[in-house]
Amino acid sequence: MIAPVKRIKTAADLERIRGEIRASRDPATKIVRVCVGPGCAARGANRVLGLFREAVEESGVDVKVEAKGVGCHGLCERGPIVLVDPGAIFYQRVEEPDVAEIFRETVLGGRVVERLLYEDPAKGVRVRTAEDIPFYKAQQRIALGGNGEIAPESMEDYLAAGGYAALAKALAMDPEAIIAEIETSGLRGRGGGGFPTARKWRSCRDASGEPKYVICNGDEGDPGAFMDRAVMEGNPHAVIEGMIVGSRAIGSNQGYIYVRNEYPLSVERLNVAIGQAREWGFLGKNILGSGHSFDIRINRGGGAFVCGESTALMASLEGRVGEPRAKYVHTVEHGLHDKPTNLNNVETWANVPAIVNQGGAWFASIGTEGSKGTKVFSLVGNVVNTGLVEVPMGMTIREIVEGIGGGVKDGKAFKAVQTGGPSGGCLPAEFMDTKVDFDELAKFGSMMGSGGMIVMDEDTCMVNVARYFLNFLKEESCGKCTPCREGLPQMLEALDRITTGEGRVEDLDRLEEIAGIMSQASLCALGKTAANPVLSTLKYFRDEYLTHIEEKQCPAKVCRGLFKYMIDPNACKGCGICKKACPVEAIAGESRTPHIINQEICTQCGTCLEKCPFSAVVKV
Amino acid sequence: MSDYAAQVAEIVARYENDADMLIPIMQDLQAEYGYLPAQALKDLTDSLNVPLTRIYGVATFYASFRLAPKGQHEVTLCMGTVCHLKGAGRISETICEEFSVSPGGTTPDRLFTFQAVNCLGACALAPVMVVDGEYRGELTPEKAVEILRALPDEAESAKEKEASAR
Repeated sequence: MIAPVKRIKTAADLERIRGEIRASRDPATKIVRVCVGPGCAARGANRVLGLFREAVEESGVDVKVEAKGVGCHGLCERGPIVLVDPGAIFYQRVEEPDVAEIFRETVLGGRVVERLLYEDPAKGVRVRTAEDIPFYKAQQRIALGGNGEIAPESMEDYLAAGGYAALAKALAMDPEAIIAEIETSGLRGRGGGGFPTARKWRSCRDASGEPKYVICNGDEGDPGAFMDRAVMEGNPHAVIEGMIVGSRAIGSNQGYIYVRNEYPLSVERLNVAIGQAREWGFLGKNILGSGHSFDIRINRGGGAFVCGESTALMASLEGRVGEPRAKYVHTVEHGLHDKPTNLNNVETWANVPAIVNQGGAWFASIGTEGSKGTKVFSLVGNVVNTGLVEVPMGMTIREIVEGIGGGVKDGKAFKAVQTGGPSGGCLPAEFMDTKVDFDELAKFGSMMGSGGMIVMDEDTCMVNVARYFLNFLKEESCGKCTPCREGLPQMLEALDRITTGEGRVEDLDRLEEIAGIMSQASLCALGKTAANPVLSTLKYFRDEYLTHIEEKQCPAKVCRGLFKYMIDPNACKGCGICKKACPVEAIAGESRTPHIINQEICTQCGTCLEKCPFSAVVKV
Repeated sequence: MSDYAAQVAEIVARYENDADMLIPIMQDLQAEYGYLPAQALKDLTDSLNVPLTRIYGVATFYASFRLAPKGQHEVTLCMGTVCHLKGAGRISETICEEFSVSPGGTTPDRLFTFQAVNCLGACALAPVMVVDGEYRGELTPEKAVEILRALPDEAESAKEKEASAR
């Protein structure tokens, strides 16, 4: 452990200390990295890490071993994930009893524990390292680059991995040159809007008014998206370094990170990192002797989705209710406290150090014509490999869902992929070969959004999905403007009718009509895009709506009342479990003879289906 | 001086009497009491010189603020898209029926406060809930009820202790 004697005052000092940290690290040290990201932590990774630490302490003797907790490694489906160096051996589904064996065999003995390796389902062979796993092969990690490598609470780790070199480089550059580099990179906002980052920075730099503010939007609200969380918790210094670089380019001395209330660990990790950055001299006055001063404070959100919208977020930072305001007043000129304010999302900031270090041209060499670099997606839903993936822009949906994601779970058929959160849309199978970038997805009625990618299988009712998002937005609409406040309940009413078999064909026209008004007349993006899930499902799954309305059937058998539970007499053993479990006594039948559900009484709660040990209860 | 005045003043001082910091101040206040007591909010209006209407505006706008005391345990069920697809709706219904509680409310015996939130960002575990800070994933309605039934009841164990002491 090398503690800085005092604040690092110059770029030369930084390089000297980096050299010292690297030199102090014994290359023979064996390192056990335990992923303690949210997915792995929920499966007991912290206890696994604790056991490794105990094992390290107890073994002592002549081998140098270090056990550290690292940020999300991506393949959440297979957590807890443990990596052992040397050899970068990738163990998955590691449970507490496995720790002793890994420690004895791999760490001390240098042997691989075969049964904990990942098994490639296509080839049926076990592979040793992450690179050999199809999930990782096609990925390219920039924003997630440090995740899984460094301990998020260790400044030494970040520095040893080249951290804050971009800051030193940027501080020696003319602010205009920093913006030019970002411009060359083609970086666009990762929060969903896709606005060119350099243009935003330049507008803010050129705006008159002091002070200027820099904000990091960590209010990751789209359900099904958790990439910003993974970056904040797995590599917080990358976000901070990006912000300091931005503050220099823009000419700001005060930054804010607005973190979602549901992410207490993100707040904790960022707080630790900010404390370290101040202590080491990367935040505060006269950073690395450049004359530039900058500090950051963290604000926690209050659990309002709309605060992910930039003007609502700023209102929240001012201690007010998070209501957005009209967009024609630009926040880069009149933002927080009416001062020029530059807001970017977590992933955008995390890309900045890499761009400064490796050059804008390098970043621009990755991706498509209009969308450069990589994008992190949270690949979730009915997919084999749930987790976080970072891929070059322009990869097709098929490559992501089938290649990296391993296809649809349980051998079911693919139905749709939902991107862009509640503002996005659902694309059916015929769009599998669509390239994923800002412009392509928008062309077909969806959007990139912040990067949630939810795979839906044949058992998903698209009308129900549309209703889900609409209900979500109705709850989260701030109520300031009428089209959004009144439009959403009206649309929801129509969808409620349709999903309960009361729908009318005219409802579909009505939905489209309200959608049109909302997209034109709402104040902020929440209202403007709120109808997208309805519009995209109406466009691609109109038959499903019509079946609900005309035949009063839910083809996916999700909407209650539009399908029946029946007992298959050939499969029923007459065990009586369902009969006992039924809360309304709708099931009759003698012991050891097939039971029958009385449809008059049945409330379609689904308890019988959940309880039947013979899968004899079916939906028809 | 109310019971809360000193604590309110201390928290307000933490933020240098800055009314911009209203939300963090209220978050600290809630961390202190588990909810926002009405009297504490009245004290806050004096101490920070902010109208009570604005304070209540903020308290009711943001979902994370509570105006009623919470139960012994905190249960947060994720209603995100993936959890929804995998049956979170049914789990929520079951919990509400079994424990006579509604989302945002507390069980009549004050055993736990039940929140249904948009997304916990732990989709690999869907459907998932957080019980006193611990993630419990891959839930079924049955499993959820089982977990909640097993929550220790402090009031109950206090009574038992008292009884055994006698």
